[in-house]
Amino acid sequence: MFDNFPLWPDRASSMAGNVDALFIFLVIVSGMMTLLIFTAVVYFAARYRYRKGVPAEQIEGSTPLELTWTVIPLGVFMVIFAWGAAVYFKSRTPPRDATEIYVVAKQWMWKLEHAEGQREINELHVPVGRDVKLIMTSQDVIHSFFVPAFRMKQDVLPGRYTVAWFRATRPGTYHLFCAEYCGTQHSGMIGSIVVMEPAQYEAWMSGGSGGPLSATGEKIFAELGCATCHRADTQGRGPNLQGVFGKPVQLEDGRMVTADENYVRESILDPGAKIVKGFKPVMPTFQGLVSEEQVNALVAYVKSVSQAGAAGGKSAAATQPESAPSKAKGSQVQ
Amino acid sequence: MATANISPVEREDYLNKHYGVSSWLFTTDHKRIALLYLISITLFFFIGGFFALLIRLELLTPASDLVQADTYNKLFTQHGMVMVFFFLIPSIPATLGNFLVPMMIGAKDLAFPKINLISWYLYIIGGIMMLHCMVTGGVDTGWTFYTPFSTAFTNTKIVEAGLAIFVAGFSSILTGLNFVVTIHRMRAPGMTWTRLPLFIWAHYATSIIQILGTPVVAITIVLVAAERALHLGIFDPKLGGDPLLFQHLFWFYSHPAVYIMILPSMGVVSEIISCFSRKRIFGYSFVALSSIAIAVFGFLVWAHHMFVAGMSVYAALIFSLLSYSVAVPSAVKVFNWTATLYKGSIHYDAPMLYAFGFLGLFTIGGLTGLFLAALGIDVHVTDTYFVVAHFHYIMVGGALMGYLGGMHFWWPKISGRLYPEGWARLAALIVFIGFNLTFFPQFILGYLGMPRRYADYSHMPEFQILNVFSTAGSTVLGIGYLLPMVYFLWSMRYGKPAPDNPWNAAGLEWKTQSPPTTFNFPEEPVVTWEAYNYDEIDKGHKEVPQVVG
Repeated sequence: MFDNFPLWPDRASSMAGNVDALFIFLVIVSGMMTLLIFTAVVYFAARYRYRKGVPAEQIEGSTPLELTWTVIPLGVFMVIFAWGAAVYFKSRTPPRDATEIYVVAKQWMWKLEHAEGQREINELHVPVGRDVKLIMTSQDVIHSFFVPAFRMKQDVLPGRYTVAWFRATRPGTYHLFCAEYCGTQHSGMIGSIVVMEPAQYEAWMSGGSGGPLSATGEKIFAELGCATCHRADTQGRGPNLQGVFGKPVQLEDGRMVTADENYVRESILDPGAKIVKGFKPVMPTFQGLVSEEQVNALVAYVKSVSQAGAAGGKSAAATQPESAPSKAKGSQVQ
Repeated sequence: MATANISPVEREDYLNKHYGVSSWLFTTDHKRIALLYLISITLFFFIGGFFALLIRLELLTPASDLVQADTYNKLFTQHGMVMVFFFLIPSIPATLGNFLVPMMIGAKDLAFPKINLISWYLYIIGGIMMLHCMVTGGVDTGWTFYTPFSTAFTNTKIVEAGLAIFVAGFSSILTGLNFVVTIHRMRAPGMTWTRLPLFIWAHYATSIIQILGTPVVAITIVLVAAERALHLGIFDPKLGGDPLLFQHLFWFYSHPAVYIMILPSMGVVSEIISCFSRKRIFGYSFVALSSIAIAVFGFLVWAHHMFVAGMSVYAALIFSLLSYSVAVPSAVKVFNWTATLYKGSIHYDAPMLYAFGFLGLFTIGGLTGLFLAALGIDVHVTDTYFVVAHFHYIMVGGALMGYLGGMHFWWPKISGRLYPEGWARLAALIVFIGFNLTFFPQFILGYLGMPRRYADYSHMPEFQILNVFSTAGSTVLGIGYLLPMVYFLWSMRYGKPAPDNPWNAAGLEWKTQSPPTTFNFPEEPVVTWEAYNYDEIDKGHKEVPQVVG
């Protein structure tokens, strides 16, 4: 009966329960506050309505009362703040070994690319129970990746990566919305998230793909001639990229930055912005020469030559630092 | 409770002293300028309201059938721009504030009467530019102008709309400046800060925001125009800019702007509740200082509009925490108003019904603000109908209820006529019911996940029933807003002449004739009493027959 009149959204991610619990707490707290105020207003308004010959009793105020209704709400607010912050922190911290999916938003379409190489448009297939990290950027204006059933939303900006993550908990098909107004067909920039049982998902995954994203990146890396400078030894004009990703990098101006997705991206598109200590600003910009998808592939590749050696990652093969970074084996991601 | 002691002789007042168009267009009388504003903002209110009705009609069915997506996008953009910049921000300050600030403190006029007139002209020039912009193509960015959409992608009239708001902004700055100087320098002898009506405190706090905040949005608009026209890289990452910088600058003004709308309304409600409870306001100094606290804290919370915008997690934590600091003084006000009713002698005239309506709607609006300030909840509900419902409860439920309450309360003073009380009570009830029917379903829609600014929801038919409720409510609400307009106009000709103080209210504005003379008081008043000295007033009026209704 309530198919067309739901009063509660689907709950299909590990975050949804946390958000709902806080929401219900807030509904109860604010319901009680509303009830308190409404009851007082209605009772006073009725009890002390104008009666001939009964004057109002003048009351100046009461500092103890003022303190009470300053301090108690403040205390309640701090509880809400702390709870909200805890939920937020969890929702903003992707687990380390999450499966990575690159998202490129454009007016008015979502382009999604799995690390394994599958590409999708306005539809994303994910398995139940696996942590999925979205690395997102926009080709034009600001968009926002919003999945109500996951209680997840993150703006997608041009010129940088923003990150979000979820772990789906229930198979089904859920709405994907663009939540940041982005022009004429904003309300048409919708899609669906298809959550599948792992076995079904494996079957879906085994369908055709052009090879892993990092392998695509490796090809682009070779085609653009990156390897001439970014050699796998210390002799190159550019830094050796082996094992760099996720590590702190000392810059020429003395700053330390972490080599995350945004840093790698910036180094491709605006190489002069952050020069690694000991190197000269000789790299040309690739702004306009590579598409967002190609940048994503390059980032995935740089990541893969670092993860290969790391213990945690999903990379199967071991890295071979002495070889040129074009070893397909070293970038295999399963 | 109107008292019947009306003098039959036609007296000279600010309305009948001069006649003719030029006596209005070149007036420096704050009361006449208030009426000029009243006419202009009413016009813009009905334009913005018309857009709102079209939006609601479009959303009655999931498909985009009444208007195309482009038209819909322009409708909600222009609804927002007109309502925010040309109705809500000037609403109470420029009309009731203009009329009452000098009178309440016992002054002949504002400190700078000519600047006051310039303010109105700036408003009108900005308004005409906005109207021109709308009829020659309009804007489709949303009232928020987010970059880089506004600077590099849309081909609608961004620069023109921005300039209109830029010009109108100066009107707002000058009004604020005028009020601050007036309140500091023009108080009558004996009108100390602690004897000021809370309406004045509220306007003082509002003026500070207008003076400090508005220049920032003006600068932001100039930067948007510069990037759009000259391709200076400020906000667009393709030109080396930062789109989040725009959001910081925009909300630095536009969040405090909410307090420009709600603070004056809170001032009105303090006056009304005190008068119709026949009591001094409970905790006068706490209510007064909470206005200042809201103005100050209001400047420190802007980035709570940006929790999912790509900001640092730690910045988000700080802005969430600070957002709760602004909720405390608002809560303090609500508690003090409620406590004022205790052991009062409460009358249910129309202004009081609006004040009750304000209490109810502002409470719901404020409490749902707690949801949005909670980081974990905000991620899910931001940019959905939950936010739409929340800010309409504050800006329409709160600010507009206060405005209407104030219009009824001071209408006898402004026009010299009484409005029809029965109709006014009916209108207050219709507005309250219509408002809740329109906007409460949107809280549920928002939690279900319906994003705002969607022209079409045909892939989500499950959202339709709640949208039907909302659209039905909006027609009720529309009737509720039309009614006062009709009977106020009616009363100007057919209403009973108003006595000088129909409510037996405290406050200097009631101690002069209705309508007042051009210079407000026959001689400069000397204040020897506290604000809201209803005990003394009611002692003096025991013999006067009270007429309820």
